[in-house]
Amino acid sequence: MRAGVLARFDSPEALLRVAEALRTRGYRRLDAFTPYPVRGLEQALGLRRSPLGWFMFPFGLAGAGGAYFIQWYLNAYDYPLNVGARPPHAAPTFVPITFETTVLAAAIGGFLIFLGLARLLRLYHPVFEVEGFDRASIDQFWIGIDARDPALVRSLAERDLAALGATAIAWFGPEGTRGPERPARSEGGIL
Amino acid sequence: MSAGQPYLLGHPTDAALSDKLLGVVWRPRSRLWWGAFALSGAGTILLFVMIARTLTTGIGLWGNNIPVAWAFGIVNFVWWIGIGHAGTFISAVLLLFEQKWRTSINRFAEAMTLFAVMQAALYPILHLGRAWFFYWLIPYPTRLEVWPQFKSPLPWDAAAIFTYFTVSLVFWYLGLIPDLAALRDRAPGRTRRIVYGIFALGWRGSAEQLRHYRILYGLLAGLATPLVLSVHSIVSSDFAGTMVPGWHATIFPPFFVAGAIFSGFAMVLTLLIPVRRIYHLEDVVTEAHLNSMGKMLLVTAWIVIYSYILEYWSVWYSGSEPEIYQYFVARPAGPNAFVFWLQQACNVVAPQLLWWRSVRTSTAALWIISILVNIGMWAERFVIIAMSLEREYLPSSWYGYRATFVDWGLFVGTISFFLLLFLIFLRLVPFVPVAEVKELNHELAKEGH
Repeated sequence: MRAGVLARFDSPEALLRVAEALRTRGYRRLDAFTPYPVRGLEQALGLRRSPLGWFMFPFGLAGAGGAYFIQWYLNAYDYPLNVGARPPHAAPTFVPITFETTVLAAAIGGFLIFLGLARLLRLYHPVFEVEGFDRASIDQFWIGIDARDPALVRSLAERDLAALGATAIAWFGPEGTRGPERPARSEGGIL
Repeated sequence: MSAGQPYLLGHPTDAALSDKLLGVVWRPRSRLWWGAFALSGAGTILLFVMIARTLTTGIGLWGNNIPVAWAFGIVNFVWWIGIGHAGTFISAVLLLFEQKWRTSINRFAEAMTLFAVMQAALYPILHLGRAWFFYWLIPYPTRLEVWPQFKSPLPWDAAAIFTYFTVSLVFWYLGLIPDLAALRDRAPGRTRRIVYGIFALGWRGSAEQLRHYRILYGLLAGLATPLVLSVHSIVSSDFAGTMVPGWHATIFPPFFVAGAIFSGFAMVLTLLIPVRRIYHLEDVVTEAHLNSMGKMLLVTAWIVIYSYILEYWSVWYSGSEPEIYQYFVARPAGPNAFVFWLQQACNVVAPQLLWWRSVRTSTAALWIISILVNIGMWAERFVIIAMSLEREYLPSSWYGYRATFVDWGLFVGTISFFLLLFLIFLRLVPFVPVAEVKELNHELAKEGH
């Protein structure tokens, strides 16, 4: 979301109600900003389950395979040492390091992918410019409609949000493609 | 939630909760904090002096010698690693079991884990003798041509501790991100806001970010849970993999894990009770939290006691003379036997007081018991490690171990360094997870309707 309409509400319950109301009015690109996770909000906004777990899985596999291969290559193939007549390729003794490396690789990989998926490390975002948005991390609940939402017509959306009880409404990001100055196109017909 | 025992007192608003819990970061430091800081700072200087002496002169300065080749260094290493376990247990295992009482204390316990593991990691590195070659543990291509021996539990240890520290750090930082964002928005002063803003990584608390966040947090908890069990199991293999009487036992991995969680909960209580009092957090860390931790302490105490009994039984049943001598003569009556009796008094007798609810909810009683358990678990590691070696197979080399001044200096030094890091942590970030407490507050308010 680089631009769009933001509206402020006072409670998580109000936010859930508004998210559902906006979905029934045809808005599809919604996001919410809350101080803590609100149960049921993702479903209400129509967000899908994060694919993060699937991305972590290959990291875990690579950690396991890599660790086992290194141990086998070094201790059984490249320079086998006879210690107490143990077999050079002693699979059970390779298990602990294989396990630890699996966890390590999956955790580090997962964190890095999370940074990418959640668009973190980018410290600035246009929503921060909105008056009063700093309380989104404290005690206020904001909902946003993406400027790219085909159902969004700014003046109509602002009216909808006001009717739903928003205590503040603001535009964030570059003014442009869908401001009120531009004549509403066919999407206006959703009402 | 157990009846009549709230995990959050009153019905604070989100703004009031945020200001109270975030405010610890910018409110002026108390005289008590400065006093503790100065004392632990002095101890930390002692630590670095002792490290310098050890590095420049050699580990001949330590009391260990053949046959007691492992003593204070390894005792303290195992003790510190064990203490770390409660943090991961509280943050990961209790999360998966959806225990509400973990909410107010998890960050505190995780920080304790990180700092304890840092202390632990110092010892094996110093114990190498030539500590500057620690990187020989890593298999890198070299003219040396000999690789680390992965069939020995010692490289397992290095892998386990490195993984444990890294995963704990990632988990802890992930939990901090929403609160760092709150600090970016709320802290007074531009510099503070910029610094917290950088560490908040641009967090906006958006549902789009949270849907990835929640999955990663859950998955990391799932990954950290087997780590709780694996790390001390691997540490115990350092001992169980040898033939020393007193070490060569298959019960060691679960026995060590139980002892680790036992000592870790004790350390959480030792730190939490004074902090709760100083920062007036009685309404966030309530009697119900203390009661739950008291119960955990009692349960893990009994797992440890059961392991003691089983250990003695299997030694007697083995009929092995050196083992029977070790357990039935050397420990209760040999050199340093008072440490054995200290262990029994602190680990077996003292926790039984926790059967009484009035003891579990009395901060003074709980605090004293937690300190006794810390001492008892240190004594247990001393008994296992140093006392087993005092009575090895060769009677002509038996001797009684004595720690030197440098040994004690390093031990006191790591305790100070641990406390120093902890005091700094208390002032840099909110040590109660604010976003999670607000979420709990909201859930409780809804239940109340």
